[in-house]
Amino acid sequence: MARLEDFDELGRDYLLSMPMPVFETTPWAKPPPVANARIAIISTAGLQRRGDRPFSVDSSDFRLIPGDTQAADLAMSHISTNFDRTGFQEDANVVLPLDRLRELAEQGEIGSVASMHYSFMGATHPGKMESTARHLAGLLKQDAIDIALLVPV
Amino acid sequence: MGALSHYLEQEGIPTAGISLIRPHTEKIRPPRALWVPFELGRPLGVPGDAAFQTRVVRALLSLLQAPAGPVLQDYPEDTPATATEDSSAWACPVSFDRPVTEETLSTSIHREIRQLLPWQELARERRGRSTFGAAGLPIDQVADFLLAWTSEQRPDSPRADLSSSQLLKLTAEDLKAFYQEAVAAQPGAMTGRQAADWFWGETAAAQLFVALRTACLAAQEPDIQWIGHNLLVPREQWSRFGIDDRWWHQQ
Repeated sequence: MARLEDFDELGRDYLLSMPMPVFETTPWAKPPPVANARIAIISTAGLQRRGDRPFSVDSSDFRLIPGDTQAADLAMSHISTNFDRTGFQEDANVVLPLDRLRELAEQGEIGSVASMHYSFMGATHPGKMESTARHLAGLLKQDAIDIALLVPV
Repeated sequence: MGALSHYLEQEGIPTAGISLIRPHTEKIRPPRALWVPFELGRPLGVPGDAAFQTRVVRALLSLLQAPAGPVLQDYPEDTPATATEDSSAWACPVSFDRPVTEETLSTSIHREIRQLLPWQELARERRGRSTFGAAGLPIDQVADFLLAWTSEQRPDSPRADLSSSQLLKLTAEDLKAFYQEAVAAQPGAMTGRQAADWFWGETAAAQLFVALRTACLAAQEPDIQWIGHNLLVPREQWSRFGIDDRWWHQQ
């Protein structure tokens, strides 16, 4: 469904007209073996703990999702109306696969799951998130994170 | 999402990300991306299918073995079709009790809410959670607040910590969540697209969203106009209402 041809002409026009940030090169940080890695999820689904501040237009900050957060405590305040939310309503893992990561850690396929995960709100132009993202990198290092999995919505 | 990969990786954090719109990822060129063909809003593919989700996570993790990048790999598996994939064959079991005489939009919506309430409560009980409640208002107050936005007198926010326009967006999503959770409690599998087509094609609540859009576009404030252009009626439903508002070419 997220194939370009699955959208109508108007939807394709919008998606292909979106301004994209330009990067001249692609950075490359060498990861450790996944089986030894401590892994965090960075979402742009506008997720927050219930009771935390909702996202609003142009929010460039992030919300904290502690690793032991239960699905019942997760809310979504992404401003866009242009994606399905019924999947998240049924099962939070279809957006934030925390249970799947925990299972992989228990099975030894990954090293461990981070104590903290983070959510941005992806309707904001990514250029406005740059300084927050660089700040986040410092927090990830403090939590000894080896790999960040980025999950949009 | 790909831009965040650039920023984090530049700071020394290895990343792997899911890509939803492949042409965007081709332009941004993040270090490691897995393009998935799933419906927007479902980056792991299938709700309630742990095995499917785990396969996607494993594919994402496998990108971290690449010796050099950028890597953009296509996920090979599509979501399984439901037995009722064809919208025309799917009949929504929530058949509203239609009024004999004409009624106001407010009356229609409150009637729909009364009829959906037992289903939404059932959904909450079965799932042990509900995504309704972002605005912190009960459902009837959610509807009344949105209806007031279509009147001459814009409503004050009942919450001290949120402006009326911030609450507009949260209540709009709450109203949709209430309807969608209620209809999902009914027997029969339903795709996100089918739930959307039911909501936008069959309910008075959809008419409220169209009226809200009109009210926001008529506002003086650019941020309220933007909510009208972009945040109320999904683009994929515009043709149903004869909307062709390509505001992105006017910027």
